[in-house]
Amino acid sequence: MAAKIDYPLAPGDKGLATAATPRISPALTLLTGWLIPGAGHLLLGKWIRGLLLMAAIGGMFFVGIALQGKVYTPNTGEPLDMLGFAGDLGSGLLYLLARMIGWGQAPVLTAVADYGSKFIVVAGLLNIVAAVDAHSLASGRKQS
Amino acid sequence: MTISHFGAVLLFSLFTSVVFGITQRSEPRMMIRFGAFCFVLFVCGTILASWGMWAIKH
Repeated sequence: MAAKIDYPLAPGDKGLATAATPRISPALTLLTGWLIPGAGHLLLGKWIRGLLLMAAIGGMFFVGIALQGKVYTPNTGEPLDMLGFAGDLGSGLLYLLARMIGWGQAPVLTAVADYGSKFIVVAGLLNIVAAVDAHSLASGRKQS
Repeated sequence: MTISHFGAVLLFSLFTSVVFGITQRSEPRMMIRFGAFCFVLFVCGTILASWGMWAIKH
């Protein structure tokens, strides 16, 4: 039986910690979740949620790449491109991987390729939502 | 890779609904319900908007 520790996990927590539930830093969870989609939840032991998030966000990103969507770069000077870059950056290491390999550099010529660009941007935005959710779970703001 | 416009709608709705379901609800049963709700809303909303644009054009 796990021994009770007499302190709250975080300011938002109502329960008490046990020795069987090690404390994971919310900031670390947020950072990990941003770098690798779903990894924040995996770090918290939420395996099914983490794997589903990884599949959904990764799937969306790679479908966008396969549709020949555009991967935005930061220095084009166009305001809409800068917004696209901010969205793409939400994918964390997937974005860096795409830049390193050179994916998404061809000009967008078809409607389907434009859909691909949106898929990539939305994958980044969804990853930010998922990382913030992992942070909320780690900090105790979200109960389960 | 090529995909139909409706296929793109289905894929977009599926991926987005999974993330919304997991992140916006706490209980597994409610996650599934909310995810399904989002999926239906995305697909039906897109179809309605498409017919709306068709009606404006004609």
